[in-house]
Amino acid sequence: MNAFDQPQNILVLGGRSDIAHAIVRQLASPALRSVVLAHRGGDTIELNGVDDSVAVQCVPFDATDRTAHAAFVDGIVAEHGDIDIVIQAFGQLGGPEVNTDPTAAGDLVDVNVAGAVSSGLAVAAQLRTQGHGVLVVLSSVAGVRTRPSNFVYGATKAGQDAFATGLGHALAGSGARVMTVRPGFVRSTMTEGLNEAPFSCDPGDVADAVVAGLRNRKSVVWAPGVLRYVFAVLRVVPGFVWRKLDS
Amino acid sequence: MKTEQRALTGWGRTAPTVGTLVRATADELSSDAGLSATVGARGAIARGLGRSYGDSAQNGGGVVVKLVPGADPIRVDHDAGLAHVDGGVSLDVLLREIVPQGWFVPVTPGTRFVTVGGSVASDIHGKNHHADGSFGAHCTRLGMLMADGSHRSITPGSDPDLWWATIGGMGLTGLITDVTFRMIPIESRHCVVDTERVPNLDALLEKMETSDHLYRYSVAWIDLVATGKHLGRSVLSMGNHASLDDLRELRPKAVDNPLDFDPTTFPDVPNGVPNVLNRLAVRAFNELWYRKTPKQHHGTESLTGFFHPLDMVGQWTRLYGSGGFLQYQFVVPFDAVDTMRTIVARIAAEGHASFLAVLKRFGAQSGGFLSFPTPGWTLALDLPAGVAGLGRLLTELDELVLGAGGRHYLAKDAFATPEVVRRGYPQLAEWKKIRNAADPTGVWVSDQARRLELV
Ligand SMILES: Cc1cc2nc3c(=O)[nH]c(=O)nc-3n(C[C@H](O)[C@H](O)[C@H](O)COP(=O)(O)OP(=O)(O)OC[C@H]3O[C@@H](n4cnc5c(N)ncnc54)[C@H](O)[C@@H]3O)c2cc1C
Ligand SMILES: NC(=O)c1ccc[n+]([C@@H]2O[C@H](COP(=O)([O-])OP(=O)(O)OC[C@H]3O[C@@H](n4cnc5c(N)ncnc54)[C@H](OP(=O)(O)O)[C@@H]3O)[C@@H](O)[C@H]2O)c1
Repeated sequence: MNAFDQPQNILVLGGRSDIAHAIVRQLASPALRSVVLAHRGGDTIELNGVDDSVAVQCVPFDATDRTAHAAFVDGIVAEHGDIDIVIQAFGQLGGPEVNTDPTAAGDLVDVNVAGAVSSGLAVAAQLRTQGHGVLVVLSSVAGVRTRPSNFVYGATKAGQDAFATGLGHALAGSGARVMTVRPGFVRSTMTEGLNEAPFSCDPGDVADAVVAGLRNRKSVVWAPGVLRYVFAVLRVVPGFVWRKLDS
Repeated sequence: MKTEQRALTGWGRTAPTVGTLVRATADELSSDAGLSATVGARGAIARGLGRSYGDSAQNGGGVVVKLVPGADPIRVDHDAGLAHVDGGVSLDVLLREIVPQGWFVPVTPGTRFVTVGGSVASDIHGKNHHADGSFGAHCTRLGMLMADGSHRSITPGSDPDLWWATIGGMGLTGLITDVTFRMIPIESRHCVVDTERVPNLDALLEKMETSDHLYRYSVAWIDLVATGKHLGRSVLSMGNHASLDDLRELRPKAVDNPLDFDPTTFPDVPNGVPNVLNRLAVRAFNELWYRKTPKQHHGTESLTGFFHPLDMVGQWTRLYGSGGFLQYQFVVPFDAVDTMRTIVARIAAEGHASFLAVLKRFGAQSGGFLSFPTPGWTLALDLPAGVAGLGRLLTELDELVLGAGGRHYLAKDAFATPEVVRRGYPQLAEWKKIRNAADPTGVWVSDQARRLELV
């Protein structure tokens, strides 16, 4: 990190994420040296909008392969040095079956919650060791109050969110920080073909919120920002209203 | 030995990291329970008074050593004109001791609140660089605590490589435990100073070229907000130590106690003050400063007033608000004076508020592999870190500086890249070899060293 908080090394867990790519583009500066895109398979992913001088590396990483997470982080550090920013961007939405099929739901929990917790802890250990660095966790407003139509996905995001905010408190004083990001509906690969919800935005809008949040050392950011107030209300509206809003 | 987990930054208050701050004397550090027992995989770095602007005196996740002066921290050899001083002693404490005895430090930066160790590690320069060179040029012996825990005493003759790798080596060759250096004899605690308003940059450059050699000390404050025909308007201040004869003529009342030295500092600027050094405020301040300076003035100033005016307000940097700030300092060779003109015009055109911008001519190099001063023009300016677009401007200036064969000052740096340092310091590779031989296991490391790939 330099005086402008510009990172030198960025690690993206869930390296194909459109939102993460937009964040990396916003954080890119002449200080940026490497970006590691970690995702299942590890095959090459195009990252547009960063300078050719930046080393972009794609590596295999599976959120469900929990026993490998600590060694995975160590390997990245051995190759690139201290990690300034880690973006936890993997996640699955799941099909309609996750709301009824116990196995499919359990698989979603494996990725979105267990994977988030175990990779988050592996990252936290490294950031603690460095005495600096930020873990940016892409949570979702879906976890703030779970909707009948996707309550299992919502429950996983609630779990990830609670973990992230708690980890942030646990890291206080260590120099390492967590920033929990709560986007609304974002037009991305994940939501392709779905009906847009109110307050929809683009990955670039989430990136703007993230970069502003990093600059101001925020622990939670909403994207778009107005959702913070929208959900302050939605959280407490009576159940029949909430159900009606979801239909 | 006292140990504490602490978030640390440099003077600019940017890019904090948490490390283990260890306060200890050199003897405690070289004992079995000392450095070797404390340092882990993240290594250690020395910290003086944290007056370097960036991340050179911090070490995220590792050890940061603050040297506590020993039992007899300041010894003066009047016959030889030498001072033997512990590395952790500040110039403030040192001056309070030696000025009344008729001595001055060979080099002082714009603040007394730096340590002797930090002065060597950054090979600091002062207003007398054109005449006297940098701090390292006046040192004759260094006591060092090496990576393996051994204590060594070195001179430029005994260990030339380690010596010149340590002068300006940013603490990365070892801990400087004590320093022997030559002092300047003085007759009074005053300077005879000529102050002059100079209407624009060209006039300033010419004036400095033609009259620097008449004075031991010289520096210009430039208004980097002024543009057009006022571009580079400045206040030039040049002086010498005042002799007793000077005092008799200019300040007869001071003749009785010419060496009294007891500088006072005013209360701190409170924490949490918003950024008041914004564009308008700086413009107004600069205007006022320029206008209040008489066209030409000849008189005396106290050592404090002449060398350390900022020390009179504690924690003045809080005026920059919570976003912190950085200082950009570079040097370009004398023949690249056009580049200096371009840069001044570029900064003025951009209109970023710069409260303090200082121009000076450098004299000879000391010989330190990573020493900053080299013959040429140096410009230093403060900038608030929170301003959008500043990074782009500085990257553009980096190119101009490097293209002209110039370089940036590591003690001020909080923005450079490994590439910028490699290009500015052609002896970097050679320095690395010497450093790695002195510290084969890589004990000494700082955030800056990691960021700039110095180690
Ligand atoms: C208001 C102001 C004005 C300034 N004006 C000038 C100026 O005119 N000219 C100039 O050259 N500089 C100037 N500086 C910069 C300052 O002189 C240097 O940054 C100096 O190194 C600070 O000393 P320090 O003791 O605070 O060291 P720190 O800032 O704590 O450390 C600086 C470096 O020195 C190393 N170091 C410190 N102590 C030791 C030790 N005992 N052994 C080994 N390494 C050590 C550290 O590891 C680090 O790399 C100014 C700074 C301020 C805030
Ligand atoms: N899009 C939205 O509307 C929205 C709204 C709020 C929150 N979010 C959250 O934001 C994050 C990113 O969303 P996005 O829209 O950018 O998603 P995306 O484009 O679908 O990207 C998700 C990434 O996760 C990876 N991934 C999936 N399962 C994985 C596993 N088991 N292990 C490792 N990587 C895995 C995918 O890569 P591979 O398939 O190649 O492994 C892909 O790179 C998600 O956590 C999502 O919940 C999204």
